[in-house]
Amino acid sequence: MPVNVPTHAAPDAVPLAAPAAPANRRDLFWSFTWLALQGFGGVLAVVQRELVEKKHWLTQDQFLEDWAVAQVMPGPNVVNLSLMIGGRHFGWTGALAALAGMLIAPMLLLVVAALYGTVANTAAAQGALRGTGAVAAGLITATGIKLVPALHKNPMGMGVCIGLAGLTFVAIALLRAPLVGVVLLIGGGACLWAWRRLAPRSSTGAGG
Amino acid sequence: MPMLPLVDWLLVFSHFASLSLLAVGGAVTTAPDMHRYLVTQQAWLSDAQFTASIALSQAAPGPNVLFIALLGGNLGLNAGGGMDAGWPAVSLALLGVVVVSMTATLLPSSVLSYTATRWTHHHRERRTVRAFKAGMAPIVIALLVATGWLLMAAHDKPASDWPLYLLTLAATLLVWHTRIHLLWLIGAGALLGALGWV
Repeated sequence: MPVNVPTHAAPDAVPLAAPAAPANRRDLFWSFTWLALQGFGGVLAVVQRELVEKKHWLTQDQFLEDWAVAQVMPGPNVVNLSLMIGGRHFGWTGALAALAGMLIAPMLLLVVAALYGTVANTAAAQGALRGTGAVAAGLITATGIKLVPALHKNPMGMGVCIGLAGLTFVAIALLRAPLVGVVLLIGGGACLWAWRRLAPRSSTGAGG
Repeated sequence: MPMLPLVDWLLVFSHFASLSLLAVGGAVTTAPDMHRYLVTQQAWLSDAQFTASIALSQAAPGPNVLFIALLGGNLGLNAGGGMDAGWPAVSLALLGVVVVSMTATLLPSSVLSYTATRWTHHHRERRTVRAFKAGMAPIVIALLVATGWLLMAAHDKPASDWPLYLLTLAATLLVWHTRIHLLWLIGAGALLGALGWV
């Protein structure tokens, strides 16, 4: 059941019209399987690269918006993101297909690894883990940096956005403040400010 | 062989399920409480099993939440009498994995997230929804960069860790400015690490 057929988007219509879409639920399942299996040290960077830059199922703006919701909701963030993307295209069965793709293959891999082998405690294996960890840190950082241009369309303006992002970074990365508090305080304040900046009913003729 | 009685499975289920809704910010945030409950309070898992589950899930690809599947698997193994007990134990372990841990952990949060997403999508033109997304955008970006920073800062001995910092920086620049396949970068990181160069 396709929930939303992308029509010609109104100028400020938020995100329906991505240039491409998954062909069917099987496509969703295998795409998410493949990106989960690439996700060493985190899946998010792979989601951005594969689904936004290669398959064009999402625009950069849509990815940012979806990620904001996925981040605030309880539960594993990338799991939430897969539900959202699957659900957007094929309803709840699409959400299940994406979720299954994200979880089944890596889970089987883990179970086999746990039953038939153990994490090698050799120096080489530990070193490899250290190396992939450092790369994973770079992937997630770059994913964040690549989203910055999407802020140009933000109603709060670029300056305020950079200030808020800087504050958040300092609170989390340098002061090690708890995430929930930061999201509630800085995020909550930002949402209020954005709400004030978005003029009520400024959009030209809502609904067409 | 001692088996976990049904009541205990229900306890495990309800504990994981309640944590599911508290796990804002990712599954790993629930790990300390999982440890308290499963290892310290109930003594269903050994400390070594708990640590190994976390380590293995971090080494393997896929979402971090899969460490919970491994915890469930170990619970099942213990309940079935360990690896020596043969296939019944292993089957029970798989049951532990699938039914208890993953369902309990993912079902409540997934239903809530999916419903909330449908709602925001349906009302995406509302001022409140647009304000939420616009307001959260810079925060979310900063959180991604902060995550990368924290992963790197976990190595806090600059004298010996500087090659790691360089590797992170190189990976950042390559992902930012090129379309190189991410698996090449992961592979290069693993190789450099295995050789002891970083």
